[in-house]
Amino acid sequence: MDVNIQFRKEGNLLIGFIEGEIDTFTAPTLREELEKIHLSTEISVELDLSKVSYIDSTGLGVFVAFYKRATKENANLKLVNLSSRLTRLFEITGLSELMDIEEGGISHASI
Amino acid sequence: MEQLKRDYKIILSNYIHNQNESNLYTGQNFIKRLIQKNVSPEEVISIHKQALEEIIEDLPESTIHAYDFLIEVMVHFGLKLKEHQSLLMKQEELRIEMEVAARIQNTLLETTIPNPENLDIGMVSVPLRKMNGDYVHFMHDHKRYLSIAVTDVVGKGVPAALCMSMVKYGLDTLEYANSNPSYVLEALNQLIEKSVDDSMFVSMCYSRYDLETDIFTWSSAGHEPPLYYDSREKVYYDLESKELLLGILPEVKYSQHDIKLNENDFIILMTDGVTDFRKQENFDPRQYIKELALSCRHLNAQEMCENIYKKLQVLHNYELEDDFTIVIIKK
Repeated sequence: MDVNIQFRKEGNLLIGFIEGEIDTFTAPTLREELEKIHLSTEISVELDLSKVSYIDSTGLGVFVAFYKRATKENANLKLVNLSSRLTRLFEITGLSELMDIEEGGISHASI
Repeated sequence: MEQLKRDYKIILSNYIHNQNESNLYTGQNFIKRLIQKNVSPEEVISIHKQALEEIIEDLPESTIHAYDFLIEVMVHFGLKLKEHQSLLMKQEELRIEMEVAARIQNTLLETTIPNPENLDIGMVSVPLRKMNGDYVHFMHDHKRYLSIAVTDVVGKGVPAALCMSMVKYGLDTLEYANSNPSYVLEALNQLIEKSVDDSMFVSMCYSRYDLETDIFTWSSAGHEPPLYYDSREKVYYDLESKELLLGILPEVKYSQHDIKLNENDFIILMTDGVTDFRKQENFDPRQYIKELALSCRHLNAQEMCENIYKKLQVLHNYELEDDFTIVIIKK
């Protein structure tokens, strides 16, 4: 299983649609793609995870690193359309208290 | 070389005239001399071609071209073969280094399960690869307090193992069995945050057991929630907290919670490798573990851990996808 990300720009909002499973093997691809995003105060980034069916701890690390960079560059970052199991993963790791996260998305997704 | 060529010509000529076992055997033995003189495979073909030209007059032009072609092919074949062999050697060197590293890690992170009176403790910790990204740290001062840290480092293999060594030394230096769990997590968080890169973190459930009062005090940093079974009420409690993983922010405050353990109560501490059922979407692993533990609660803590491990292995078709660690403490 692979992971891919497609971007759409709407004014100052950059939406990234991520699809696939994010694990030890696919995480480097996603990390590279996210590193390419130019972040600044004027930019808001929304990552849509509705088609992400699985995230392991390495995958979580990719979002943590991206969150840290966004915070440093004063950019807004939001993760949207998380399945209930993904939401739970962000909750038990305490990341939901830190990052802007919105539940939603497909119900059969799993962590 | 000239002598070799002459000898080869004789051997070949003999075989062409009489294809018997003895002539073939002489040819096969000739290989030893070729190896001693460091003759490459393409040079052997070149020697063969030259000898053949001398033995058979009017050798067709096409046959000579075919030999020239074979010599070129063999030159490249030789180069590729060398490259491949050197990669195999490098791979073997890495494998040996990994074995050494895994041995060092095993020694460093060796865990002895304490055996206090009135409390039963069991553990199973199995790495997915050679090196373990999970770690259980026990400390028992042989007096009143006993502490248990169950840790999981992001990722697997070598990077996780290196980070884990740091966590172990952190625990060794700052912890006493009677330290407050919230304090231990706060101090460790500062240490880890300074030392790891942006995508690295550690989850930990740190607990302290008071052997005099049977109070279990726990704190969690982004860790898989422990399970507490209250045998009087016959219910499980998920010990959930939403407190942050270690190593993400420099200053994090952690809370701690007390549970009084009564006779036959037990607590299951685990890493996410125990609850990770990636391929089974509509399956509640925590519920399954609760039922499993309940069905074998007549066993001692170690047997319970082993039993749960075995049953989960079967569910995973003996292909676990993550380091697996489970600790059970039982009153």
